[in-house]
Order: sequence, then structure tokens, then C-alpha cells
Amino acid sequence: MATTIVEAVPVTMASLKGKVDPDWCPGCGDFGVLSAFQKALVELQIQPHQVVTISGIGCSSNTPGYLNTYGMHTLHGRALAVATGVKMANHHLQVVVTGGDGDGFGIGGNHFMHTMRRNVDLLYIVMDNQIYGLTTGQTSPTSRVGMKTKSMPFGNIEEPVNPMALALAVGATFVARGYSGDQKHLTELFKQGMLHKGFAFVDVFSPCVTYNHDNTYQWFRPRVKRLEDDPGYDASDWSAAMEKAQMWGDEIPIGKFFQRTDLPSLDSSEPILADDVPLAHRDPRIAPDLGRQFVKELM
Amino acid sequence: MKQTFTVTIGGAAGQGVATPGDIFAKIFARRGLHLNTYNAYQSIIRGGHTFLTIRVGVEKVTNMGDRIDLLIPLNQDTMDRHLCLLGSGAAVIYNSDTIKPEKAADGVQICPLPVSQLADISRNKVAQNTLAIGAGLNMLGIGFQALEEALIEQFRKKGDDVVAENVGVARAGYQYATEHFRPFHTSLPMTENRYAVIGGNMALAMGGAAAGVKFYCAYPMSPSTGVLHWMAAHARKAGIMVRQVEDEIGVINMAIGAAHTGVRAMCATSGGGFALMSEGIGMSAMIETPVVVINCQRAGPSTGVPTKTEQGDLWQMLGAAFGDYPRLIAAPTDILDCFRIIPEMFNLADRFQCPGLVLADLLLSEGRDSVDPKDLDFNVPIERGELITSPDGARDAYKRYLITESGISPRAIPGLPGYTHTAATDEHDEDGVLISDEFTNPIKRRAMMEKRMRKCIGIEAAVPPPRLEGPPNADVTLIGWGSTKGVIEEAVEILNDQGISANCLPIRWLVPLNGAAIVEALRSSRHTIIVENNYTGQFARYLRSETSYVPNGHIRKYDGEPFMPHHIVEAVREQLAGKTNLSVPMHEIMV
Repeated sequence: MATTIVEAVPVTMASLKGKVDPDWCPGCGDFGVLSAFQKALVELQIQPHQVVTISGIGCSSNTPGYLNTYGMHTLHGRALAVATGVKMANHHLQVVVTGGDGDGFGIGGNHFMHTMRRNVDLLYIVMDNQIYGLTTGQTSPTSRVGMKTKSMPFGNIEEPVNPMALALAVGATFVARGYSGDQKHLTELFKQGMLHKGFAFVDVFSPCVTYNHDNTYQWFRPRVKRLEDDPGYDASDWSAAMEKAQMWGDEIPIGKFFQRTDLPSLDSSEPILADDVPLAHRDPRIAPDLGRQFVKELM
Repeated sequence: MKQTFTVTIGGAAGQGVATPGDIFAKIFARRGLHLNTYNAYQSIIRGGHTFLTIRVGVEKVTNMGDRIDLLIPLNQDTMDRHLCLLGSGAAVIYNSDTIKPEKAADGVQICPLPVSQLADISRNKVAQNTLAIGAGLNMLGIGFQALEEALIEQFRKKGDDVVAENVGVARAGYQYATEHFRPFHTSLPMTENRYAVIGGNMALAMGGAAAGVKFYCAYPMSPSTGVLHWMAAHARKAGIMVRQVEDEIGVINMAIGAAHTGVRAMCATSGGGFALMSEGIGMSAMIETPVVVINCQRAGPSTGVPTKTEQGDLWQMLGAAFGDYPRLIAAPTDILDCFRIIPEMFNLADRFQCPGLVLADLLLSEGRDSVDPKDLDFNVPIERGELITSPDGARDAYKRYLITESGISPRAIPGLPGYTHTAATDEHDEDGVLISDEFTNPIKRRAMMEKRMRKCIGIEAAVPPPRLEGPPNADVTLIGWGSTKGVIEEAVEILNDQGISANCLPIRWLVPLNGAAIVEALRSSRHTIIVENNYTGQFARYLRSETSYVPNGHIRKYDGEPFMPHHIVEAVREQLAGKTNLSVPMHEIMV
């Protein structure tokens, strides 16, 4: 969490607006994700300069440019690795990673697994549209079996990855799913994700209105059911979360599947950061005595 | 010519070649002697053949030399492979219980140790090693006390009994040699100097610590892993965060993330890992975030020969990532230079906000040299360039990629009020806004390309051009780059002693190359030969591509082993005699 002194300037939707407007297709689910994220920052009053929004490549990865925060538009699939470096160099920054399903579960799958395992304190928002959009419509790791795309014109024959189950299996400490069509709920998930001290994963159904004609707003709307509406659901129960993660079809759960707060985040278990001073704010020079000691070891 | 003495110890991996090597090195360095060590080994944890060479002298020793003075074979295989290399005046010390010598050359002293009579071999599995060290030092005229001290340090952690046991065994070997073996003719004098013994990987890591690296990350890969090991072992004291990452793609991206946030970040790998980093290096250049990447070359292609040396990655470095971008590439010329190059590289990479690539190789990484401790000075200049680390002076319209005369734009680190911006790998405008999507604009693209590439002018001017070493107007000029400097210098010395006037041009900076200065330096050379550890003459091709310069000849080696001085001397002689213009010396030592 950002701990710099909160400025008097209030954070508003207007103050979070980037230099350019999004160039997403009209109706794209990503608009809703951007807006919910901005609302979450406003509601938590996190100053723009304390936030670093980091993306990979793809439609969703243009997000940093549409925001007035520090931003990094990195390489396809590599945002989580870059973000880990950013967080380690200055753990006082609020780090948020945005990307798509191809970026995160395809080319970046390895980093996804290891960033979760390390419990790096960041919010990872995946705008999951179950298709490759920016490359004009190819099968993605979350495309359903049978979906016809330009790369699989006779229908996808590969089982999709289940991001919820994957995150739970790897040991992510905050696992949630949102829907771009449910702004209030999504904003709440982002807020909780940013407040969570550890790796917070929010997979967001973000319909691609241009290339995915299977998983549309009309398809999602009757299916998504908030876990928060079920008073008996316990998000600290990993097995219950894993059970919910298997649900797909007529009823698809959204909401906070799982959270545990007993595991330290990477920065809080890193001995080098025990004094809480970010690496980026330290004098780089090592003490002359220490240098001499290192040389003495060689004598 | 230099007076040196060379000890070699060979055996199977796991037989304990390293410990006697460490003990010899420590004793020599403490007597004020210079040394260089080279370990020939394979990618195996137990078995195979490991052959350690320790060459010692009063003057600086830069390479393994041409001659073995003392051979200590720990198994029959080592005896069989290397006894034939010994000449008159050399000696072999071995366990006569288990090892039998074949016929040796005239004048080679055969020194059998009846190990089971001298030590309790049921208790001490490495008794033959310790006995041989004792005997060898005796024959070199070095007092026993030096060995006793070294053994106490070596075994202190294992308790007094182990120390006493080893000292006892060593003394038995020492005394046995007094009674049975002849001393060497060349005894090694003591000097007042005291040297540190340092490996190239340690030097690279320590150079990073001196440069103010606060973030180091890596994926293990021979022969670069020693950098990770030093960093990990010293991280807490030095306040350096060390991360082992899932792969080298993660490594470079994590390092860039940390660097972008304001720390000096470094990583090291070998050719295969570097290949995975390629795209990330382009990102460093595009978002103008400096990062220092070390490539400790090993013999390629592909997995290649992980434990053998080569200079085969030059074109990989030159071709790393796609597109045109400014970068720095340096090849340290010896182990001390591994220490020195890192702070230098960071200062330049920070100043020009571009990737700084260091091209070392296994010979440097895993070799060891004696160095004057004063030369390992941690108090080096740290120049961060145009880095904004405070919110003071923030303006309304901060432009991260401001177009400037130098091509360098002030770089604000995340977290400062008033400087929010996006660093983008897509082509972008001065303010970081992408121009690659709906806003593509050839005028802006051209301006940004030219802004970044203008940094090359500053880079070229920031690095001193290489200089000829040795007599001017020599008969032959040897050109080398990186780790071959020491062996080429020794070859030059031998050639001059043999009446062939020779000089050399060692290359340290590859980008910038300062090609015009190289051509100028070679203008009066009568016969030029490029010496390099690869098949295709990668540097020769690079020099020609940059300057059209074509040398008279080439000496190349790509068998995995480093050059020995005589390889170069003999090749020069055959080329000057007009027999060939491409020599590929045969490595005589079977390792």
C-alpha cells in the first residue's frame, strides 16, 4: 500500500484521466474495467503519483496510457515480471498490472504462476475476453472448445485454461472474478484487491464486441451470479473456492472466490527491506569498511 | 622472459581438486607472488576429468602459460593424459598405491608417495591430496608453516581433530619429500606484496556492489552462476536485493522494472539466457531505462559446451533485439577489469539511458587472478546522469521523452508528484503517448528515432579509443578483444625475445568501437593478425563491417580451451613465413 503523505488535492475521475481517450471499439468491455479501476482509486483516494499501472501488450494493455498515474507499457506477457521489479525497488508504490487473457495466460503464463507463488503485493487485472483482439481475432487460452476463430476456423479443439482454478492451485492469496457489465461490484473487487497485502488476482469478463460473438454481454448477463449474494459463502475456504471455480455454464460465479491474509507478501518477507526504506531511496554507495571487508575475504 | 612456475592438479570431479588448488593459491598469494588459475572441467558433478592449472610468478601472471612444472595426478587417468606434457626439470607427485606412471621424458622427476604407509587412508579419504601438497611445497623450498596456517583456516570449521589430522598428514608428505625427492631448481622468492585472489565472477559481482547495484536477479546458468552466488552470499551486508527468477525473460524484465523505479539493477547469464533476454534489451532501449546485463560466454551454439570458453557471442550482442537503438558493449580484458568495467558501464548506461552489455567469458568468469587489494577500490564515482529523484521543480507538462540535442531526456522515477508519465515500448511521443495505434505519424516517429540515436554520438565520445601496446613499427601487430589480452601480451613478449618485433592492440569497447581510431592506430602496422576464440572471426567481421579494415591474417581457436602463449607465437611465425593466413592451433592438453 502507498504510505506517502496524502496530498490535499482530492483524487477525482477527472484527475485520473490520461492524456488520450481510449481507442477501444465502441462497446468494448475494457471501458467498464478502466472506469471501475478509476472509481476504486477515487474511493480509496490513492494519489495518481503513488500508483504505477503496468501492462503487457494487447487491447487491454493500452490502459496505462488512458490513466494519469505512472505507467509502463511493457512487452507482451512480461508485465508481471516488470511489476515485480518495480515493487521490489519501491514497495511503497501501489502497483497495478493490467493485461488480457493471451498476455497473462498464454505468452506470460510462466510469470503468472511465479508471481502468484511469490505473493508479490500487487493487483493483477486481467481483461479476459476469451479471444485475441488486437491481432484481429484468434483463439486465446480461455477460448471455449468449439469457438470458431481465424486461427481455428473449424472450431477450437483445445480445452481452455481455468484462471480461477489455476490461481487457487498455485497459491494466490486473493482470487476474484468480475464482470465489466457490473461496475459497482467490479469497483469493490478492485478496492479489495488494492487493499490486500499480497498478490490480488481479478479476472474480469470483458466482452470483445468485435471478435468474440460467443461470450457477449447477452451471454454473460443471465449467467453471472455474485458470490457476495450468497450469505453462506466463505471466501476463506479454499476448497469451497475451488468448487466454485469449476462452475461454468448456466451459472458462472463472480466475486471474491478466495482470500487469505496469513501469508507474508514478498516485500514484507524480504530481509533487505526490513527497515522499510525503499531501495530506490537509498544511497547506492556501500560503506568503505564493507568494501575492505569483502576484499579481505579474498586474502 | 617471465619466470613462472606452474602446478597442475587433476582428477575426477569429486576427488577434491579444488581444495588443494585453493591452498596452493592462498600460500602463493600470501608470499607476495602473482598467480593465475584455470580449471578445465566438464558438466558433471562426480567423475569425468578436472584439471586445475595454477601458474605463479613474481611479475603479473595473466594466463596458464605453456609449461607444467609440477603435476599432481589424483587418478590414473590424469597421469595417463598429462605425464607426456612434462619436460626436463618438471616433476610428478602421485599415490604409488593406486597410480602407475608410463614412460616420462628425460629429466622428469618421478615422485611416488606410498600413501597407505604415510597416512591412515581409512580415516582420511583425501590423504593423497594433502600429502602431495606437503611434498610439493617442500620441493619448492616453501617452509611448512605457510601450509600449516592454510590448513588450519581450511579445516577450522570442522574442528580441532580434523585440523590436527590434516596438518599431520601434510607434515608427513613434507618430510617424506625431504628424504626422497629433489627440490626444484626454481624456488619461488617471497615478496613484500600481499595479493587478493579473485575470480572473474566475484569481480563482476563486487564491481556491481561498488557501482551501487541494489537489485540483482538471475537464473542459474554456467559459467555466470558465480555472480549470483557472490551476490546472494553478500546481499544482506551490502543491502542488495537478490532474486532468483523463473527464467531469463523474467530476469531482464524484473531488472528493468527495478531500474525504471530508480535503482541500479544488474543481471548476468550466458549465451542461452542472453538469447531469451533479447526482447527485453530492446525494451530497455525503447523506454530508455538503463540496465546492465553481463553475458559470460561459453562454447555454443545451443547448450553447447557449458564448461568451456569461447568468444562466440559477439554478433549475438550486436544483434540483440530488433530495430536500431543505442547501446554499450564492453569486453573486460582481465579479471581485475571485470571489477572495473561494471561501475564504468553503469555510469555510461545511466548517462545515456540505454542498455549496457558486458561480454565476459568462461575464461574470465571462472579463472582466478592475484590482484593488489588496493585495486579493488569500492570508492568509485557513481554518476546517475539526468535522473530526477525529488518532486522539487516539477512542471505541469513533464515530458519523459523530451527531444534534446544530446538525445538524453531527464528521467523521473515513479512516486514523485508532478511527474506522472507512461513509459511505452510502442513508439511514443515526447510525453509518452503512444503514436503506434491510431496516431501514427512519420514526422514524430522520425524525430523520436533521431532523438534516441543521437545518443550514439555522445556514447562514441565518452569512451577512449584503444591504443597500441609495445614497440611502434613492429613487424607484426596482434589484435584481440576481451579476455585474450593477457595471453596476447605474453605472446608479444616471447616474439620480441625471439627477435620478431611485435605489438598488440587490445580491444575493450566493442560499442562504441571507435573504428576510425583503430584504423589510424593500425596505419603503420606491417602485418596485422586478429586473434580470437571463435570459428568465424566474429571480431574480424565486425571490424570490417564498421571500417572496411581487413587484417593480413587470423588466429582462431574454437575447441573450448583458451589460447596458450605458444599457440599464438607459433601461428605468428607460420603466418610471417607466408605459410597461411588462418591458423587454428591444436590444444595439446586433453581435458
